[in-house]
Amino acid sequence: MTASRKPVTARVLTLLLGRLPIGWLQLTHNRTRLIAAVGGVAFANILVFMQLGFFGALLETIRMPYRLLDADIFLTAADANTLTDGSYLPRQRLYEALARPDIEGGHAWYVGKLDWDLAPGQSISLQVFGFDPATRPFRSQELNDQLTALSVPDTALLDMATRTLDKSRFANASLKAPVSLELAGRQLDLIGGFRIGGGFEADGYLIVSDQTFMRLFPARSPGAPNHILLRKAGGTQADQVATDLREVLPAEDTRVETLASAIAKDQSYQTTKRPVGVVFGFGVIIGMLVGIIIVYQVLSTDVADHLKEYATFKAMGYPRRFFLGIVFEEAVLLALLGFVPGLLIATGFYAVVSKATGLPLEMNMMRAGAVLIGTIAACALSGALATRRLNAADPADLF
Amino acid sequence: MNAQSCPDVLTVMGLNHWFGEGEAQKQVLHGINLTLKPGELVILMGASGSGKTTLLTLAGCLRSVQSGSIRLLGRELAGANEATLVTSRRQLGFIFQAHNLHESLTALENVRMGLEVHGRPAMTDWENKARAMLGELGLGERLNYLPSRLSGGQKQRVAIARALVANPPLIFADEPTAALDKDSGLAVVQLFLQRARSTGTTILMVTHDNRILDLADRIIVMEDGRLKSDTTRHAA
Repeated sequence: MTASRKPVTARVLTLLLGRLPIGWLQLTHNRTRLIAAVGGVAFANILVFMQLGFFGALLETIRMPYRLLDADIFLTAADANTLTDGSYLPRQRLYEALARPDIEGGHAWYVGKLDWDLAPGQSISLQVFGFDPATRPFRSQELNDQLTALSVPDTALLDMATRTLDKSRFANASLKAPVSLELAGRQLDLIGGFRIGGGFEADGYLIVSDQTFMRLFPARSPGAPNHILLRKAGGTQADQVATDLREVLPAEDTRVETLASAIAKDQSYQTTKRPVGVVFGFGVIIGMLVGIIIVYQVLSTDVADHLKEYATFKAMGYPRRFFLGIVFEEAVLLALLGFVPGLLIATGFYAVVSKATGLPLEMNMMRAGAVLIGTIAACALSGALATRRLNAADPADLF
Repeated sequence: MNAQSCPDVLTVMGLNHWFGEGEAQKQVLHGINLTLKPGELVILMGASGSGKTTLLTLAGCLRSVQSGSIRLLGRELAGANEATLVTSRRQLGFIFQAHNLHESLTALENVRMGLEVHGRPAMTDWENKARAMLGELGLGERLNYLPSRLSGGQKQRVAIARALVANPPLIFADEPTAALDKDSGLAVVQLFLQRARSTGTTILMVTHDNRILDLADRIIVMEDGRLKSDTTRHAA
């Protein structure tokens, strides 16, 4: 046993702590128990990471279509909560807004949903966006240029990140070499592509001109768009412009948001009022609870395993803070040792789930940092709770 | 620390103790009165269940006093707060029936724990102190062994080294040889007593080994939670 020690680590910790690194020595003394404890913490980490990953993917898919837009103010029907629900809004509101000096430009945005039947039994659901091709609604100039080309009737741009799409058929579509596809009984020429990727509502997106949109959705009228996007004049604040607009536009049919607040409200609605969001939010809470319980089990088992030794130290005159020190030392070491494999495995799982579903599951520093801090806190708290018995009892009762 | 300045190392008065609660409550100590003088080696005898270990753990601050009074090195233990108990525990060495060594610390590190509890001043030159202590107990060759690689007698000797290394004025030993065979047990106890007496330490030891009785200054016999006899053999 002496030979298998890592004297360097122990010596460094002795210097750091100013005492024998009993926590470290205890952890490394029994390899099997260490592997089980680290495995438990890693498992708890993976659990929480996966739940946060799903929840984060939901938030991200809600945000992605908004992110394409070059707009400051977002007008929407008073009863609409997301991009796709609610009633329509009078296009008149666009002209009312454009009449104001603090609004520089704006355009209507039409949203609909279609099923694209590729083959019998194989269909892809597409979110269809209609814009006036003369406007330049997107941040990406390349995408704006492509939109201009959509003034040719019955042409479309397809989301190349659409779930289950066979990209090889469409990847090279251009104005010169259009690829035709049949949608809602109409023949469309695909003349280009962009990338958003599917979310929980649809597998992908299609962008068309407002005229083509009306052909695809004969029930819709150009006078009643889903949303109106506005650009504020230079030197104005989006929040102030929105506040002023709210006073002018009738609240019974129009809701005024900045783009940022529109995204935040959409995310908050979908995560708290829609089943998918509630399920994932609940998953995060359950994941954390189960994670904390696992970590508590690991730490309290460890304290119980060493209770006799701690009782001896207590009998020798070591104070309460000495045991807390050992337990915190173990908690931090276990949290770190469990976090590393937990992070690596969860990142791998993200890639697998992302590939299988097309959902944007990505590890980021914020999430990794939050989980690490949470793990250390949960470990330390569990350890502190687990030493309560040691604190309360007379040493003689613990041998 | 100086034995001369506090004439009574331990004074027990009217000590009662009960185990259990309610109907099942059983009194295990009845009105114990006992005084230990500095430098005495007192041996406590009695049948198992007579209350020896209970008395020892009460005086050793390992159990809370329920009724009566224990003054240990000038401090009252009845109703004492945690800080007083912690301070008192540091001033005595306690040797248990089992060795109670920390299994992931080496012999040297276990002895170090007996010094570390006293803070920075005691830690000066700790390694030489611990080495010397283990050397005196014949473990100079086993300094870096973990307890799992030591024999029962060796482990108990490490535990004794841990209790003695900080030179406590008072040592309680609860059948330190209970887990050992007769001969190695005797050897361990003789070594322990020899080392402790050379520094004038007061010792209260529970034992069943009649061969050790000759070394005692006083022999106290307990029966059913009461002191049955208290015999002084020769002057301390």
